[in-house]
Amino acid sequence: MIDSAVPRGPEQLDLGGPTISSPPGPLRRAFGHFENVHKAFKRSGQVPLVAIDTVSFDLQTGQFISLLGPSGCGKTTFLRIAAGLIPKTSGIVEINGAEVERPQPDFGMVFQQPNLMPWRTVLKNVLFPVEIQGDADGGAAQRAAELLSLVGLSGFEHAYPAQLSGGMQQRVALCRALVHQPKLLLMDEPFGALDELTRMEMQDLLLNVRAKTGATVMLVTHSISEAVYLSDRVAVFSPRPARIADVIAVDLSYPRRPETRYAPEFTELEHRAGRALGITR
Amino acid sequence: MTAQNLARSLYPLLGVMVILTLWQLYTSLSGISPLVLPSPIEIASVCIERYDLLLQQTWPTFVETVLGFALALVIGIPLAVFVANSRLFNLVLYPILVATQSIPKVAIAPIILVWFGLGISSKLALAFLVAFFPIVVDTAAGLQATPPGLLELAHALCASRRQVFVKVQMPAALPFIFAGSKVAITLAVIGAVIGEFVGSVTGLGNLVLAANSQLDGPLAWAALVWLSVLGILLFAAVALVEWLMMPWERAGQH
Repeated sequence: MIDSAVPRGPEQLDLGGPTISSPPGPLRRAFGHFENVHKAFKRSGQVPLVAIDTVSFDLQTGQFISLLGPSGCGKTTFLRIAAGLIPKTSGIVEINGAEVERPQPDFGMVFQQPNLMPWRTVLKNVLFPVEIQGDADGGAAQRAAELLSLVGLSGFEHAYPAQLSGGMQQRVALCRALVHQPKLLLMDEPFGALDELTRMEMQDLLLNVRAKTGATVMLVTHSISEAVYLSDRVAVFSPRPARIADVIAVDLSYPRRPETRYAPEFTELEHRAGRALGITR
Repeated sequence: MTAQNLARSLYPLLGVMVILTLWQLYTSLSGISPLVLPSPIEIASVCIERYDLLLQQTWPTFVETVLGFALALVIGIPLAVFVANSRLFNLVLYPILVATQSIPKVAIAPIILVWFGLGISSKLALAFLVAFFPIVVDTAAGLQATPPGLLELAHALCASRRQVFVKVQMPAALPFIFAGSKVAITLAVIGAVIGEFVGSVTGLGNLVLAANSQLDGPLAWAALVWLSVLGILLFAAVALVEWLMMPWERAGQH
């Protein structure tokens, strides 16, 4: 068990509602609380470009939520606001009880590109976050080794990124995002640059890592099947300016396997997402 | 070294052999004076016979070149850091750097000689002046070319400015710094020789002039050969440091 702080496995997840540890009272908010988030980019000499009109939803501890939407709809912008990388124009972005206004050391982030440092070995790349933030409990090296073995990269600790395939590099990036035991894992189309087979392999790997670590995840994707396969909930974004078109509770049981993709419930959920996106009727 | 690599390095060697043979044939058949064009065999034998003199004269040129190059690194890299990180420095300093670079170094050599005298410092200054520019330009370019994804990653992890510089920007700029250094070290040899030409009593550049004025063609050519060997060895030394410092560059591709 890599993170014992989150004792619940994904099987016991409740989709919404107060958690057992929540104190009573109406003011207690969910782990992630997004309310009327609005983002407009200033443009010189023109009216501001509204990327996000208004987006509201809640994210529970241990939950896996996907932000699904067409390209350029503002879902990546939303993720970057949640990460504290760019400021919102208005609204509430509250994670773990605090307003997010700048990057948070206890977030982990996986980008579209692996963004590995070519001069660092695999292990040193994974340890980069603890090197920046200090190894609080001294267990980082062991966690890094465990994570690498979890994603099937044992034996590659001392290889350089250039020696790895794209899928392997993205697995290293996933380990790096988890090594400092983040409270929230943010993923921005992490498998978008991979081929279809590698992508499916990575999705199973992510499900496995998430089951082992109990991480709370927010993932941006434009793949309907990816969103349904991985998530507890799918927030479907409308085309720009982004609004929430639908929030779909995915009640498929865990563990999910490649066969899950062919289950009737899976197809039904895909249809619902497709309808929310305006692709199917 | 694989057989293929060996074969590849044999081709230039073959070319050199052909040129030397034709050169040797021309000088022995035409009876041209050795002052004008000595034969390769004559030059080679002087290189070996006057080994003491040549080695003795190589030392000052070597010291001038290496010290000038080292000074260019010590001053050039921090300056490049300022140019790359400060908009003001970039706007004020960079155009001045480029403008001064357009002055031919040969033309300011006499002035440098007046300022620094006949000793080592004037050669060192000239070697520094020619080596400085490629180091500043390449280092600044390298620092500014840090992949944005890596900067965003460091930002997302709340890295301090110092951490970003030490752990991201500098390692990312290393290939650029070495590219600039390899150009700079060969230029530094030229700078030192220019200094010796304009006013000196020692060094290989001075030896070329002295041998020429004594109508000793083979010795002048032998000094030239030693100069080019010095240049090649210094270049190889920088390449070796690069090889040692950047092991990831030679890691096999997937």
